[in-house]
Amino acid sequence: MPKDDGIGASVKRREDTRFLTGNGRYTDDINLRGQTYVHFLRSDVAHGKINGIDTSAAEAMPGVLKIFTSADFESAGGIPCGWQVTDKHGQPMQEPKHPILAEGKVRHVGDPIAAVVAETYEQARDAAEAIDLDIEELEPVVDMVKALEDGAPKVHDDLTSNLCYDWGFVEENKDAVNEAFGKAAHVVSLELTNNRLVANPMEPRVAVGDYDPWGDTHTLYTTSQNPHVIRLLMGAFVLSIPEHKLRVVAPDVGGGFGSKIYHYAEEAFCTYAAKVIKRPVKWTSTRSEAFISDAHGRDHKTKIELALDADHNFMAIRTETYANMGAYLSTFAPSIPTWLHGTLMAGNYKTPLIYVNVKAVFTNTVPVDAYRGAGRPEATFQIERLVDKAARELGVDPVELRRKNFIKPEEFPYQTPVAVVYDTGNYHATMDKMLELADYANFEARRAESAKNGKLRGFGIAHYIEACGIAPSNLVGQLGARAGLYESASVRVNATGSISVYTGSHSHGQGHETTFAQVVADMIGVDANSIEIHHGDTSNTPMGMGTYGSRSLAVGGSAIVRATNKVIDKAKKIAAHLLEAAPEDIELKDGKFSVAGTDKSVDWSGVTLAAYVPHNYPLEDLEPGLEETAFYDPSNFTYPSGAYGCEIELDPETGKIDILRFIAADDFGNIVNPMIVEGQVHGGLAQGIGQALLENCVYDENGQLLSGSYMDYAMPRADDVRGFTVDHSCVTPCTHNPLGVKGCGEAGAIGSPPAVVNAAIDALHRAGHTHVKHIDMPLTPSRVWAAMNG
Amino acid sequence: MHNFEFVKPSSVADAVAALANGEAQPLSGGQTLIPSMKARLNAPEVLVSLTGIAEMQGVSRDGGALEVGAATTHATVALEAASHFPGLAGLAGQIGDPAVRARGTIGGSIANNDPSACYPAAVLGTVATIVTDRREIAADDFFQGMFTTALDEGEFITKVRFPIPEASSYAKFLQPASRFALTGVFVAKYASGVRVAVTGASEDGVFRWAEAEAALSSNFDAEAVAGLSVPADGMISDLHGTSEYRAHLVRVMTQRAVRAAS
Ligand SMILES: Cc1cc2nc3c(=O)[nH]c(=O)nc-3n(C[C@H](O)[C@H](O)[C@H](O)COP(=O)(O)OP(=O)(O)OC[C@H]3O[C@@H](n4cnc5c(N)ncnc54)[C@H](O)[C@@H]3O)c2cc1C
Repeated sequence: MPKDDGIGASVKRREDTRFLTGNGRYTDDINLRGQTYVHFLRSDVAHGKINGIDTSAAEAMPGVLKIFTSADFESAGGIPCGWQVTDKHGQPMQEPKHPILAEGKVRHVGDPIAAVVAETYEQARDAAEAIDLDIEELEPVVDMVKALEDGAPKVHDDLTSNLCYDWGFVEENKDAVNEAFGKAAHVVSLELTNNRLVANPMEPRVAVGDYDPWGDTHTLYTTSQNPHVIRLLMGAFVLSIPEHKLRVVAPDVGGGFGSKIYHYAEEAFCTYAAKVIKRPVKWTSTRSEAFISDAHGRDHKTKIELALDADHNFMAIRTETYANMGAYLSTFAPSIPTWLHGTLMAGNYKTPLIYVNVKAVFTNTVPVDAYRGAGRPEATFQIERLVDKAARELGVDPVELRRKNFIKPEEFPYQTPVAVVYDTGNYHATMDKMLELADYANFEARRAESAKNGKLRGFGIAHYIEACGIAPSNLVGQLGARAGLYESASVRVNATGSISVYTGSHSHGQGHETTFAQVVADMIGVDANSIEIHHGDTSNTPMGMGTYGSRSLAVGGSAIVRATNKVIDKAKKIAAHLLEAAPEDIELKDGKFSVAGTDKSVDWSGVTLAAYVPHNYPLEDLEPGLEETAFYDPSNFTYPSGAYGCEIELDPETGKIDILRFIAADDFGNIVNPMIVEGQVHGGLAQGIGQALLENCVYDENGQLLSGSYMDYAMPRADDVRGFTVDHSCVTPCTHNPLGVKGCGEAGAIGSPPAVVNAAIDALHRAGHTHVKHIDMPLTPSRVWAAMNG
Repeated sequence: MHNFEFVKPSSVADAVAALANGEAQPLSGGQTLIPSMKARLNAPEVLVSLTGIAEMQGVSRDGGALEVGAATTHATVALEAASHFPGLAGLAGQIGDPAVRARGTIGGSIANNDPSACYPAAVLGTVATIVTDRREIAADDFFQGMFTTALDEGEFITKVRFPIPEASSYAKFLQPASRFALTGVFVAKYASGVRVAVTGASEDGVFRWAEAEAALSSNFDAEAVAGLSVPADGMISDLHGTSEYRAHLVRVMTQRAVRAAS
């Protein structure tokens, strides 16, 4: 029986009271005395040479304090990239400078050229209109494949080409993979696009820079998923401010989905300009600006092939992918199509040989980086579309083909041919669970019913694996990460027994304030309401590497467990002293310390009070106080997995797809708060279904963004995402972290796109449209209709 | 947004006077004008609000016609036209979302003549008359291509008069992002014949589909247009649909409108 506010309980999210009553404190809610406003003048052409910037008229406009151009940042560094990928020849990737304001050239629509700081936001905008720009338009490169052709215009003149890297993984396997294809009984291939997306968190980005001349200290308030990382990158690489003089605060943040991981030019600008102006400087992005300045996601073009033997065992997979980097390298960009994508190409299957080739390409578009799932949705989409296509071509049941090739429950730990070791899993169980919840057995009857109404019903299946709980520092270091990926926590027990937890993991929708408290409450046996979770301020929380990659509970939560265990160990020693017993004989249960086998006991608060009022205390052996810090560096990734089923109805007259039911049977290991997990899966599914049916970030050949507002970028609405059944009863606990948890934040967005597309192809094939082999996402009515009638 | 002056007259005469200044622009629900000003695409010096003029508000029945004040919101039309002219009320109820319907108005929609807007289909799909501060304009003469109308500088719509059809309906296929009409068809059946107006599809804005009108006038049945088609040439082609797709939707939505007509 779980404690009603401990691990396993669906405790309501305590932060929601604040959010839902309008009492959240977001970055834009922060207004400092004497604050000024910056407006960035951004490029409206995709590629151009800056011949001149005349700011004289603008400087004379009302309220203008200063206009900055790249000349003001000669001493500053560029925005750094946090990961170096080595290409298939062992050479480092090409890494262009990413200036705070454009230097000499503009490279994408939205590239900031000048920044006007004024007394009001409208004055800054008015003045920006008065800046006289002399920009000579250059031919842009927008298409990734064309960007690599000889004679293509170069995004960066100082690089040898638009190729960032050409990566082979595992390069040593290449010949063996090709040999397997030569011997295969069947080869199935598929060309597909993973559509470019815009993250679109509800809260646009905001930055407020502040400078205190008396202490020579800088403070940046920013909409970030990882304030410590921003402090490290911006302080050390861009502005040369040592950590102890730089405080970064990410207060309440209204969603990120990856787009708020990265260090952005606007953050460095506001921090720097506040010192120059000697007043706080604030920037608030408009939604239109977000479309052309937030890092985008996905944008892969792939050819994938699967070799099978005569018995339909998978023999080998071979892929060639083009991955768009955009105009500059965003913080984690190079790692996404490589280490977060290539390493997942085994999926849930025993494919002995795999070769993944990725060409990362610079284009005159907004930088591309991680977006919910990051690399793993791209891998899952390829594999699960291809396996489905294979089943169709071989005339076998898609469920059976998967089951036949699944790694079996007794085969864990399982070493894949793409470097990672899956610690645990049971894919047969999740598949069975999904089919049971979907009532798959009676699908045919439901299909017949739809057919009577002139609708085509289809059922799509996908099974995913992801690598989460990112990641062992020594491993990622070898792979090119320029940082470690541990987490940390401090657990401070107060004199009366209440507990303040300081975590490095930021929360921006995940509900950490609730779940982290549940973990500590469960371990100690106290009321969760006596525990407060603090995060987001580098001045009072220990170092954290950020919230992404479904890592906060698996890594950050593990650090909290460690620190809490240290607290409990010390508390037991204090209790032993008070109870005149040996520490080994002390038991902690329901917030009470007792001596084993006796009725002698002392309450939690009796011990905490003794720690802070040490009148009767073993001062010679123990320090007073009760506060511990711990760091946790994982020994492996965690591997959540799950089976997804999508049932759709397709209107053959219009090509419109309606999702009738979506079933997610996930194995997330142990669950701390089932309600929050369900909410995370719902959100992920909405985004994955959004990618599959609606969302598409499109540039024209001139590099103009065609989908730069909600008039053309289709976000999923409530009536697009209905009928979710979420189950997480299949549990194989993670074997290497103390909570046995795997992470659940990205699963929905990873597993759902192939399930939706497979459902559409299934509906079409069952209705006789067997010529339709694939439709690229998003499956808009127009595309589906064209495919049917093509 | 640039600064502007704001006036809110309470009579048509005062509005005429306020709009005589060439720098002034009428403001109705503001659902199009305000966003374009925020994006600095439009910067009128004076905004003349038309929402405080009693005679431009509301729905009223005049024999066989329904008169709708130009400043009447979509929400009001959806509610008050329902018992008189369900086809029109149904169309108004499908525009945007509740917030948009609570502010957006018929006059603003028609004056703007967005090629994907819904109301132009109802106005052209009936034999409606657009009444302005100075004259009456027949629907067939009013719409002159994307974002262009017969209105003169400073002229504004005061009301729209719809002859109530025997049966009518609006079938709208949603553009997935904006949820304006990717293609919308308004069908109205009168004793004198059937009118079919199409919005969202053509590069020339709202248009009448003459062939379908003829076919439906002799046989008001969805099957009557089953074999008809409009040419893809001249249809809009964009992220959301090719011109072939829109041409196809014109037929499909016409049939759906006929089936639903009441
Ligand atoms: C989120 C959203 C969704 C929408 N969805 C739809 C949809 O699905 N279908 C649809 O049809 N529309 C849709 N609209 C448009 C909306 O319904 C309004 O009809 C439209 O914005 C114009 O009406 P308005 O009253 O807001 O006009 P305003 O924005 O006030 O004015 C628009 C233009 O018309 C002029 N004008 C206003 N009134 C008059 C008048 N009486 N005489 C002459 N000129 C005048 C103004 O000067 C301005 O140029 C949507 C709008 C939004 C914001």
